Amino acid sequence: MNDRYLGLVNTQIGSALASRVGLPRPAVLRRYQAGAPLLAGPVLLGSISGTAPPALAGLLAGAGADTRTTDAGDVAWAGLVLDATEVSAPDQLAGARTFLAGPLRRLMPCGRVLVLARPADGTDVTVDASRQALDGIVRSLAKELQRGATANLLLIEQGASLESGVRFFLSGKSAYIDGQSLRLGAGPAPPPTDWNRPLAGKTALVTGAARGIGAAIAGVLARDGARVVLADLPQAGEALVKVANRIGATTLHLDVAAPDAPERLLTYLAAHTDGLDVLIHNAGITRDKLLVNMAAEQWDSVLAVNLISQLRINAALLGGEQLRAQARVVCLSSTTGLAGNRGQTNYGATKAGVIGLVRSAAREFTAHADSTINAVAPGFIDTEMTARMPMATREVARRLSSLQQAGLPVDVAEAVGWLSSSGAGGVNGQVLRVCGQNLVGA
Amino acid sequence: MSVRRAAVIGGNRIPFARSNGPYARASNQDMLTATIDGLVARFGLQDERLGEVVVGAVLKHSRDFNLTREAVLGSKLSPDTPAYDVQQACGTGLETVIVVANKIALGQLESGVAGGVDTTSDAPIAIHEDLRAVLLEARRATSIGGRLKALSGVRPRQLVPAVPSNSEPRTGMSMGEHQAVTTLEWGISRAAQDELAVASHHNLAAAYERGFFDDLVTPFLGLTRDQNLRPDSSLDKLAELTTVFGRGESATMTAGNSTPLSDGAATVLLASDEWAAEHRLPVLAHVVDAETSAVDYVHGDRKADGLLMAPVYALPRLLARNKLSLGDFDCYEIHEAFASTVLATLAAWADGAFCRQHLGLTGALGSIERTKLNVNGSSLAAGHPFAATGGRIVAGLAKQLCQNGGGRGLISICAAGGQGVAAILEA
Ligand SMILES: NC(=O)c1ccc[n+]([C@@H]2O[C@H](COP(=O)([O-])OP(=O)(O)OC[C@H]3O[C@@H](n4cnc5c(N)ncnc54)[C@H](O)[C@@H]3O)[C@@H](O)[C@H]2O)c1
Repeated sequence: MNDRYLGLVNTQIGSALASRVGLPRPAVLRRYQAGAPLLAGPVLLGSISGTAPPALAGLLAGAGADTRTTDAGDVAWAGLVLDATEVSAPDQLAGARTFLAGPLRRLMPCGRVLVLARPADGTDVTVDASRQALDGIVRSLAKELQRGATANLLLIEQGASLESGVRFFLSGKSAYIDGQSLRLGAGPAPPPTDWNRPLAGKTALVTGAARGIGAAIAGVLARDGARVVLADLPQAGEALVKVANRIGATTLHLDVAAPDAPERLLTYLAAHTDGLDVLIHNAGITRDKLLVNMAAEQWDSVLAVNLISQLRINAALLGGEQLRAQARVVCLSSTTGLAGNRGQTNYGATKAGVIGLVRSAAREFTAHADSTINAVAPGFIDTEMTARMPMATREVARRLSSLQQAGLPVDVAEAVGWLSSSGAGGVNGQVLRVCGQNLVGA
Repeated sequence: MSVRRAAVIGGNRIPFARSNGPYARASNQDMLTATIDGLVARFGLQDERLGEVVVGAVLKHSRDFNLTREAVLGSKLSPDTPAYDVQQACGTGLETVIVVANKIALGQLESGVAGGVDTTSDAPIAIHEDLRAVLLEARRATSIGGRLKALSGVRPRQLVPAVPSNSEPRTGMSMGEHQAVTTLEWGISRAAQDELAVASHHNLAAAYERGFFDDLVTPFLGLTRDQNLRPDSSLDKLAELTTVFGRGESATMTAGNSTPLSDGAATVLLASDEWAAEHRLPVLAHVVDAETSAVDYVHGDRKADGLLMAPVYALPRLLARNKLSLGDFDCYEIHEAFASTVLATLAAWADGAFCRQHLGLTGALGSIERTKLNVNGSSLAAGHPFAATGGRIVAGLAKQLCQNGGGRGLISICAAGGQGVAAILEA
């Protein structure tokens, strides 16, 4: 679904018009392109106490970023990275204002603000209150930023590896992630041999891969070096072939809701692969109706495809021989699962259920040789699923986020791709929203 | 030189459509390219150079002289994959499997695709033979005057195009009319034919329901299952149909117990065991042996040499060479050109006098358990795009044998021109 408004507003006349009458002015987002630098310009690194942490400077320089530690006053910044891990009292928070306020005026379009902090851990009330305050700063700042710039917060546990996460949130891969916080734990997160092919040598399977977000995920995983198996309904086979032959993947006709789906999947993996490294539970359907009007079939089919299939397939994989060490599972949730949505009690049940699933299963996956399981909750993404919405509702929904536009399937795919990589091993049992800071939900 | 058995890795076909149905505007090349692409996607063969792709079509446009190679060039296979066409009427599909399997057996190929495609919708229409003669004459003329003179020979009646029919050039009789003679000679009843047709529909429907075709079929142009399939087919419904072949009281053949004209394509991936292992692809079954045969349906015996009776002769030779008897198989795939073709074939093998007199045996070749016959449906239900049938059968049988945990399967296909092709698979 082409966003005509986004195109129009980015012409000279359109932009002038929009600003005069006060219409939203969404920016064309900076998205990842192979070979492009991490950031479009220099990055300013600082800390709450004033001195830039040398380890972080080394990490950014290693990622190829032009890293500076002082604001010369005339530099346009592509990124601002604030180390706030030292925050332990409310008066220290002023350091965030001191560091950010000046350079923010010169933040480039699609710039990045990234704040690193410690998670509240319940040991000291003053410390926890101060740390939590950073969440409020970042979420509010994200709403103030313009021209496609984003602000996000990384909550870093002791012993967590930062590199992969910092790279992801500064890069164009996180274009549609805004106003979010994500926790990085101490789980093993080995960096890839080649940052351009972080999934080289891995075998991945994506359900619902014939179109939309699933097809985009498959494309990103293949680009990142994985051998990808695309699963979808037999009826979707024609489209599935096209995706597979475009990205160089194999097809598997599988109804994830079929009673024998887990068994079929295991049999296929045993016969055709050396085991599975990455599983993406993406297949999903909507059968929207107000609860009072909802038929049993509409309820049951959505539950079966969106939630029950994931539970059953995970159980089979954990109980079987086919899931490899340090495996990655990513489940598609939705902002509907966080905020609810009228006419979607069935869908909302499954998407919230998926969040419960990943939170609860995280420990079990850690026990499976340091594997992880996470959820990605897309906001409004332009696909055939959302193309079915009435035009006016769709137009409004597109603008209801800080980035004032719908995301693209590839935005969700990049998040999934990152969570599938070895470097994201510190993220487990988490929900990452890819919603342009949708005004709906948390 | 050592000989090895070629492995059947799997197959891909598109659902078969009825003539002038959803594939009415698809050419053989369109269907074949899509079918190869589906095979490529299923087995991850993008940009792979395969040994050979050997496919055929029975109804072919003259511009399609290099049909298979053109389809390969349009597919995701490496353009360095050689390809050629083979044609043996309805035996084409199975014959291509034999050709590729034999080359693999001899070590000349490590991998290959066999298959067939046919459209009765986008059929070639020939110009009137006299008109063709006139046009060729005009082309040979050296002067404009000569050309005009030659062209003045065109007559209005010559402008009516000659649409191909499936009648035999030497008898002028259609295949159905030939089979009607055989049906009558062997005394095959209407009820027995309808029963076989119902079983075909029910077996095919059940196979779809089980998901048996999930890794054998890829939808095409919106069609997800064989269009001809009638899951609710019943003896009562079939009994209502009027006969279409044969004459008078003795006619028993209807549109329900004969295959409809259809469009479709099927391919099979064959390889050496080594190639399969290198590509991490499981082997479904192996091709053991094959035999072709032909009968003189023009001058021969009305009962023994019917147009579609040739497989009856292929089988004893094939069995003898492999030291097997008719009962030594777990699955039988006898192509349902017409229900009565299958029944006449079975009747012939069970007939001691016939087997002694015509097959040189000491008694009846034997009979088979009907529960092992066409267990996933056959042409009556699926339809029969002539050259595509062999590929459909080989891939399906190989998968069934593999699912059974091993076993032996027999394929028998009759073909125009009084020919037959038979093959053995083993898993
Ligand atoms: N588009 C959005 O805005 C949005 C927002 C939040 C979450 N999501 C979620 O993202 C996922 C993908 O959404 P999309 O917009 O790409 O949807 P889509 O409808 O475009 O594609 C879904 C795919 O899943 C397949 N599928 C459906 N049932 C299946 C089954 N039983 N077995 C196997 N495959 C099956 C479909 O054939 C289709 O190819 C879904 O889980 C959806 O809930 C989408």
